[in-house]
Amino acid sequence: MKQRIPVAGALTEPTLSAGGRVLGNRVNDFAIKLANVNGTGSATANSLLMQAIFRMGVPVSGKNLFPSNIQGLPTWYEIRVNAAGHTARSREYDLMVAMNGQTYASDIAEVRSSGYVLFDDSWPLDQALLRPDVNFLGIPLARLCADHFGGSRERILMKNIAYAGAVAALLAMEVEVLAGLLEESYGGRPRLLEANRLAVQLGHDYATENFDCPVPFHLERGDGTDGLILIDGNTAVALGALYAGATVAGWYPITPATSVMDNFSHLCARFRQEPDPNAGPGGSPTANNYLIVQAEDELAALGVVIGASWAGARAFTSTAGPGLSLMNELLGLAYYTEIPAVVVDVQRAGPSTGMPTRVQQADILMAAYASHGDTKHLLLFPGDPGECFDFMVLAFDLAERFQTPVLLLSDLDIGMNDWAVPRLTWDDSYRPDRGRVLGPRELDADPHFHRYDQADELGVTPRTLPGVDSRGAYFARGSGHDRLGGYTEAEGAYQEVVDRLLRKHRAAAAHMPRPVITASPQADVGIVTLGSCGPAVQEAVEILADAGIGASYMRVRGFPFGSEVSEFCERHPVCFVVEQNRDGQLRALLEIEAKVPASRLRSVLIYGGLPPSADQVVAQIREQLEG
Amino acid sequence: MPSITKPLIPLLPLARNELGLTLQDYQGGMSTLCAGCGHDSITAALIQAFFELSLPPHLIAKLSGIGCSSKTPAYFVSGAHGFNSVHGRMATIATGAAAANRELILIGVSGDGDSLSIGLGNLAHAIRRNVNMAYLIENNGVYGLTKGQFSASADVGSRSRRGDLNRLPPVDPIMLGLSLGATFLARGFSGDKRQLVPILKAAVAHRGFALVDVISPCVQFNDHEGSTKSYRYMRDHELREIEADFIGQHQEIVESLVPDRATEVTLHDGARVKFRAVPEGYDPADRGAVEAYLRERSRHGEIATGLLFLDESAPEMHELAGTSRTPLAQLPFAKLCPGAAELDNLQRQFR
Repeated sequence: MKQRIPVAGALTEPTLSAGGRVLGNRVNDFAIKLANVNGTGSATANSLLMQAIFRMGVPVSGKNLFPSNIQGLPTWYEIRVNAAGHTARSREYDLMVAMNGQTYASDIAEVRSSGYVLFDDSWPLDQALLRPDVNFLGIPLARLCADHFGGSRERILMKNIAYAGAVAALLAMEVEVLAGLLEESYGGRPRLLEANRLAVQLGHDYATENFDCPVPFHLERGDGTDGLILIDGNTAVALGALYAGATVAGWYPITPATSVMDNFSHLCARFRQEPDPNAGPGGSPTANNYLIVQAEDELAALGVVIGASWAGARAFTSTAGPGLSLMNELLGLAYYTEIPAVVVDVQRAGPSTGMPTRVQQADILMAAYASHGDTKHLLLFPGDPGECFDFMVLAFDLAERFQTPVLLLSDLDIGMNDWAVPRLTWDDSYRPDRGRVLGPRELDADPHFHRYDQADELGVTPRTLPGVDSRGAYFARGSGHDRLGGYTEAEGAYQEVVDRLLRKHRAAAAHMPRPVITASPQADVGIVTLGSCGPAVQEAVEILADAGIGASYMRVRGFPFGSEVSEFCERHPVCFVVEQNRDGQLRALLEIEAKVPASRLRSVLIYGGLPPSADQVVAQIREQLEG
Repeated sequence: MPSITKPLIPLLPLARNELGLTLQDYQGGMSTLCAGCGHDSITAALIQAFFELSLPPHLIAKLSGIGCSSKTPAYFVSGAHGFNSVHGRMATIATGAAAANRELILIGVSGDGDSLSIGLGNLAHAIRRNVNMAYLIENNGVYGLTKGQFSASADVGSRSRRGDLNRLPPVDPIMLGLSLGATFLARGFSGDKRQLVPILKAAVAHRGFALVDVISPCVQFNDHEGSTKSYRYMRDHELREIEADFIGQHQEIVESLVPDRATEVTLHDGARVKFRAVPEGYDPADRGAVEAYLRERSRHGEIATGLLFLDESAPEMHELAGTSRTPLAQLPFAKLCPGAAELDNLQRQFR
C-alpha cells in the first residue's frame, strides 16, 4: 500500500521552484544533516550511514558537531557526498533528518530550497515550521519502534537505526552494504544483530512504500574510495606512536584528545604484550612492553614524558589547549635541558574552557613559543589523519634528533571525525633516529664528555642516558648552564648555550615536512593555510578559478618554516592566510618568523567552532578583493 | 646551582665496600649552602648510606625540584646522572624515569615548599602509584632562597625570624602518606646521622615509594627561639622510641638488643629491616595504629622519629602495570613496531 503521510500545508511532491537550484538527478553529490539529541545513540546510526556510502565507493566525509554534554543537548552530524572528492563541510543541506524537536525550527530553516526534511511524525509537526519550498517526509519512527521493540532504551536506540534504514531507501543505498556493516558490528551478539536488522528493515520498508524513492539526489556505486581508508586522526596518532616505538605515555583526560590515549592503550594491549616465561606464581603471565600513566594533571603528564625521555624511552603525551597551557613551564625545561618530548595537541575552541567540543586552530602561537624566556619549539601541522600517522613517527625522530620538544598540532575536526585518506603505509626498513646518544663504546673513544659541548652542524650536542655509564654522568638543570653543563650566571657562557639553541631551531627548518603547494600559472593571489582547513581551501581555489580569480595554494606543515614558505609568499603580492582563530596566529608567525611583510598578508578567519566550508573562504576572499 | 669541585683529601687507609669503592666515590661537588645547614648533614648521611649499600653509581639517578634542598643532588655521587628540574614537579619526572628504566635507583631530594606546597598534588600521586624510589623531604618549615617566608610545614604558633606568627595548620607528610597508602614512611632529624643512615638504606632498598621526612633546620631563617624546626627545639622534643636497623643481604646480625620486642621485615631483595625498639603494642605495618600513635605523641608536643611505617607487600608501579622486566628504554625496536604486514591487516577495520 503506497500511502503518503499527510502533513497539512507541506508539499509532498518535490518542488522544483522556489529559488534553489533545480534538483534534477544529482548522483553522488549532496549533503545531508542529521539533527539528534545527545546521548540517544544516534552517533552509531550516523556513522553507519557514512561508512556505507564509503563502502559503495563514493567519496564521503562526516562531521560530528556535538555538544559538551553527555545527554540531552542537541547534536548534529553532517554527511557530505562528493564524487569529485571535496570533503570540507557543505552548508547546503539537501536532506535534513530532523530527529530533535528542540531544534526543529533552526534545522528546517537550514535546508536548501527544494530540499527534504525527514521527521518523526508519530507526533504532529507544528504547522508554523512548514516551508512551502521544502519537501516534508513524515515517518512514524517512535510508533514503529514501540510496536516492534520492548524496553524504552531499545526503542530509543532502534529509532536511530530505523531512520538510517529510511535514509538508505531515499538515497538508493545498497541495503546489503548496510547489512554487512551490521553483521560486522553485532555478529557476536545475535539478539542485537536481529534488532538492528529489523530496525533497518522497518525504516527502509516504510520509506519505500510511502515515498518516491530514491530522491533526485542519490547514490550510485563507484570506485572513488579504492585505496582509501576511513580513520580519525586520534586513532592515526596512536598508531603512529605505536609504530614509532613509544613505550611510555603520560596523559590526563581531556576532550578532544582522550581518544588518542584510549586508542594507544588498545593498540598496546594488542601488539605490545608478550608471554612472560619468568612470571612467578600469582604473577601476570604476560609482560607489557609499554606503560601508560594516567596522570593527576597535565603538568604531571609532561613531567612523566620528560623523565622517561631523559631515561631513554620514546615517550609522549596528548592533550588539548587547557592542558598545553599547564605544560608551559615544563616545555621550557625540556627546551633548555634539551630533552626530547613529543606533545600532541588536539586543538579545540578557547580561550579558557572555551567550547571543548568545537574546533579551532588557536594554539599556534602558544605552541610555537610555549614557556617563559626565549623559547621556540618545533611544530607539526598534520592536515588529515594520514599525516597524523606519518607526522607522529616523524615527531619522535625530530625530538630525538634535535633533543627538544616537538608539538604535533592536530585539531578536533581531524582528531575526532572519520576522514577518507589513502591507506597508511609502513616501510619495514625504518629505524628510529635516536639522535646523538653516547654509550660505553663512544665514551671509551672519548671519555671527556660534556653535555652541551661539541655541537654538530645542526647545533646538537651529544647526550647520555642514566643507568648506562658513570663517565656519561651529567647534571641536567633548568638553571643557567654553560657548554660543559655546569651552573653559570656568567653572561658569555650563558649566551653561548642559548645562541646555540637558536641555531638548532633554525637548522630544524630543513628537516620539517615541506609545504604542500599547488601553483596556479595565472595566480592573482596566494592562499596560505594549515591543518584541517586544507579541503575547504582547495575547494575554494576551484570556485575562485571558476569566477576568474587565479589563486595558488600552500598548506604549511611544519614550523620553523622552510625557505619554500617565504618564497611562496614573496611570489604573490597578496597572500590570504586562512585559519581557524580570531587573531590570525599563522599570519603573525609568518610575519615574525618567515619575515613576510605585513602588507602582503590578509587574514581569512573562521573561528566560530565549526569546520570551515569553501563558501566561507570564498566569501571572505572576494569581500577583501572587491571591497 | 653553584657547585665547586671538592678538594681531594687523601684519608688513608680508605675503607672499601663490596664494589671496591670508597666513600669518596660517592661524593659530589662542594656544597654552596650556608655553614651549619641541616641539608649538608643529610647529604653526608646519603653518601654514607650509598657507600654502605655498595650501590653502583651509574645506576643511581638523582632528581630534585627547586629550592635549597634541591641543590643538594650536585653534592653527592658525581658518577650518577642528576636532574634539577622544576619547582614542585620532581615526583612526575621521577615517575617517568622509573617508567622508562625500572633498574634505576631513584633518589628524589625535595623540600617542604617543593613537596608540600607547589608540588603537593604530584607528591600525593607518586605515593599512590607507589613509584619505586626514595623520596626525601628536607623539611625546615621555611622558604630559604626567598629569605624566610613560612612554608606549609610550619607549625601553628611558630614564629618567623622577624617575629611573625604562623596560624595556619601544617601539612604533615607522614600523616599525608598514611592516608594515601604510602608503603614506607620515616622521619629523621638531620642532626642524628646514626639514626638517619639506616633509614636511608632501608628507603633505597624498599620496593616502592619510600618517603623520608627529615627535619633539617635552616640556620639562617628558622633556627631561632619560637621556631619548631630549630636544632634546639628538635633536641628538646624529638622522641626516639622507634629504632630500626638495616641489615643488608649478606650481612650478619651482630647484636640483638631487645629480642622480645623486635619485629623484622624482609625486603624484596633479601635485606631486612629489624625494629629493635618500638613502644609497647606498636606495629609498624598497622596503618591505623601508627597514625594513632603519632597523633598521641604530637598532642604531647613530641616529634616521633624513626622508620614509622613499612608495608613491603604492596605492588609498586611496574608490578601494578605488569610491565616487562627488561627496562622499557632497552627494548629493541623490533619488539615495539608491529610492521607493515600488520598495518595492512589492521586497516581492514578502517572501511
